[in-house]
Amino acid sequence: MRSHGSNNWCVPGSQILVCVCCSAAAFADPTSPFSPTNIFAPASTPAKSIFGLSLFVLAVTGAIFLVVFTLLLYSIVKFRKRKNDDGREPPQVYGSNQVELAWTIIPILIIVALFMATARVIAIVQKASAPSNAIAVTAIGHQFWWEYRYPSLGVVTANELHVPVSDPVHPTPTFIKLLSADTDHSFWVPRLAGKTDLIPNHPNSMWIDPHETGLYLGQCAQYCGTQHAKMLLRVYVQSRDEFDRWIQQQRQPAFPSNAVSPGQRIFETTACINCHTVSGTVANGRFGPDLTHLMSRDTIAAGAAKNTPENLRQWILNPDAIKPGSLMPAMELTEQELDALTAYLETLR
Amino acid sequence: MSTDAIALPEAELATRPMVARLHEWVTTVDHKRLGILYIIYALVFLLIAGIEATVIRIQLIRPHNDFVSPQVFNRLFTMHGTTMIFFVTMPVLFGFANYLIPLMIGARDMAFPRLNAFSFWMTAFGGFLLYFSLLGANGLYGAGNAPDVGWFAYAPLTSRTFSVGHSTDFWTLALLVSGFGSIGTAINIIATVLCMRCPGMTLAKMPLFAWLNLVMAGLVILAVSPLTAAQIMLLVDRYLGGHFFDTQAGGSAVIWMHFFWVFGHPEVYVLVLPAFAFASEIIPVFSRKPIFGYSVMVGATVAIGFISMSVWAHHMFTVGMSSAANTFFVISTMTIAVPTGIKIFNWLATMWGGKIEFKTPMLFCIAFLFQFLAAGLTGVMLSVAPFNWHLGNSYFVVAHFHYMLAGAIFFALFGAFYYWFPKMLGKMYSETLGKLHFWLFLIGFHLTFDFMHIPGLLGMPRRIYTYEPGRGWDTWNLIVTIGVFFQAAGILVFLGNLLWSYFRGKAAGSDPWDAWTLEWSTNSPPPAYNFYTIPTVQSRRPLWDLKHADDPDWKYE
Repeated sequence: MRSHGSNNWCVPGSQILVCVCCSAAAFADPTSPFSPTNIFAPASTPAKSIFGLSLFVLAVTGAIFLVVFTLLLYSIVKFRKRKNDDGREPPQVYGSNQVELAWTIIPILIIVALFMATARVIAIVQKASAPSNAIAVTAIGHQFWWEYRYPSLGVVTANELHVPVSDPVHPTPTFIKLLSADTDHSFWVPRLAGKTDLIPNHPNSMWIDPHETGLYLGQCAQYCGTQHAKMLLRVYVQSRDEFDRWIQQQRQPAFPSNAVSPGQRIFETTACINCHTVSGTVANGRFGPDLTHLMSRDTIAAGAAKNTPENLRQWILNPDAIKPGSLMPAMELTEQELDALTAYLETLR
Repeated sequence: MSTDAIALPEAELATRPMVARLHEWVTTVDHKRLGILYIIYALVFLLIAGIEATVIRIQLIRPHNDFVSPQVFNRLFTMHGTTMIFFVTMPVLFGFANYLIPLMIGARDMAFPRLNAFSFWMTAFGGFLLYFSLLGANGLYGAGNAPDVGWFAYAPLTSRTFSVGHSTDFWTLALLVSGFGSIGTAINIIATVLCMRCPGMTLAKMPLFAWLNLVMAGLVILAVSPLTAAQIMLLVDRYLGGHFFDTQAGGSAVIWMHFFWVFGHPEVYVLVLPAFAFASEIIPVFSRKPIFGYSVMVGATVAIGFISMSVWAHHMFTVGMSSAANTFFVISTMTIAVPTGIKIFNWLATMWGGKIEFKTPMLFCIAFLFQFLAAGLTGVMLSVAPFNWHLGNSYFVVAHFHYMLAGAIFFALFGAFYYWFPKMLGKMYSETLGKLHFWLFLIGFHLTFDFMHIPGLLGMPRRIYTYEPGRGWDTWNLIVTIGVFFQAAGILVFLGNLLWSYFRGKAAGSDPWDAWTLEWSTNSPPPAYNFYTIPTVQSRRPLWDLKHADDPDWKYE
């Protein structure tokens, strides 16, 4: 994964800082992420701006640490009470205004430098406005899953966010409006951007412009209730063509193979439709994830399990087995009903 | 200064029946007994909260562990945080302040002895109320018992919609009640320091301990009041149909955050200023030099007090404040590094040119200096708002504030335990056990909290009961958990040392450290009225003047 320098979205100074300070952070190697959620492996402008700044801050604080730690170590070794001590008190020194002034002014100067570097990155990230070709997404946090809406593209999906890759020369960033349906959540995909909270009654926004295709992981970063831990984030960064194809496919209504299968009848005559939508059918609940194209997703239960027929069946039978405390109720179905229902869900492609 | 006249009533006391003696402890208004009550109470809750932390760490030892359920885990971290802040650290620091301030300023008691007793029992009642929730309150989704909304209890998770049952009410009432106790103690400390000083002790001749606790008490009044207000508003929301924080009815979740952190950040200084106070007494005595730059230390303390009131929203960099607000809280937060830096340099300068004795209290204070330096620097990193967008609410921030609370505050506190133990109980602690405690706790602390920064940098958020494999977090979490057992062993050695020394320790004498402040001029333990005659002082080190009549301090100050 390489990053290319020359683009108007990027912090001009950060590239230099990256070179200067690369040794400051052991994990600071964008070519091998070390962890899929490593903040020192940025792949999008907001994350890269923060990365550059963080290396500068690490270098400054690291230098201060070394100096003061050396002084501490020196004084405890040099001024320890010796074995052959004469028992007299050392010279009693009460203070010195000159040194006090020195260790007041030097820290102030350091802080001014840190502050100016910080204010600049705040402006770069927070004051960016959406260009006309930006993708607009609304992310809505729910206990314990993510709803994604593409208002201008007419797509509603859940838990797996798809965005186009952004060429640094001709950026197509994604601007995300952050809402919450219940408690506080936080959207954090470390390689793409810092976290921003989703707070009810308090719309927020953030933006990303991933420079490389691939899958980026993250998870909810604000305690939101029992299953906060398994509210995972998956961002699929696709080439523009793939993204457009994905949008086309998601805009289709559900098209089950048979007219009305036994599974669909079960789905539409039990509590399923109170919470779930399958567009083109009577199911239009909004409390749970939209299932219109369920089988186009790799995972279920907000990333907690792979999307396999066995997991799907287990999830309907007893959601607590996969995600204890999830708000999906166990549906109390017979074996045959479960099979039929799972078979129906597998037709939602 | 001991006389037979002083010893007589103490001897009578010892022969009285157990019940009568316990009754005296319950009804006491003596600042020294209340101080010891605070400390014992805090040690009991330290054990409880320590066990909670251990269970949390066992659950996180590997990915997808199922040692405890998510419901239990959420209760554990809520109770651990609430207990540690409100029922361990605050009471233990209040205990030392209560015990030592009158002795250090040459007074017979606190200004308001009965308010003092009332404050202790309110604090104690708050802690019992919190744990009373275990007997039957319901939490999120009507399941379980103890509070499970996290120690900062963000709205709207605390609303009746999301937290049915009464566990949140126990949390609210516990903090409300103990808050009254804290405010009472704060008023008492301020009145005592301002009005009860012995003849000759001007404000500029007080021990730094008294100065730091004075500023701490001022912060308690300013910080705990908004918290108390917020708790009342939350109760109004939950039971009287208010909508302060009820987002479904147009309330604001962000207002709760402001109320909480306008308490929460000064609270950090409420906890750390007494730790500075310990270090400022212990480091000079074991370096055999007066504190370097006394007046600058006082100025830095007051500056920290003021600035700490203007930094709270650095806990809220990720909630979507405007860039102007973010920028303001960056500079206000960074500014506080200047006076704290001054303090570190002054302690170093105090040691510079001294003859440092590595007794257990000094060992803990040196480790305090090191860890406070590191925690301060990670604090500077967190003050950089864009960096904070990553680090905030990750394990990095958990490591940072534990570095401050355990690494700085608790290390200074352990130093204080060993330093004043001979004064409080009249017995010398075991130096061997003290050093064993130090090394076990130091190793455990660094295993746990050094390595805890790394999963935060690798994207691990806090408050998750389990995590996915393959994120690069596994090894670090394993090491972090291993460190806990060293710390636990250290704590057990510490408690063992206290008990063993209380029963078997050698008599300490009134001044075992050849120290300079007034508490060392009276008996160990001091009589009920502290001083046979009220002392008169001429300098900041009255006992130095006594011991070095040819070269007294007041000639130079």
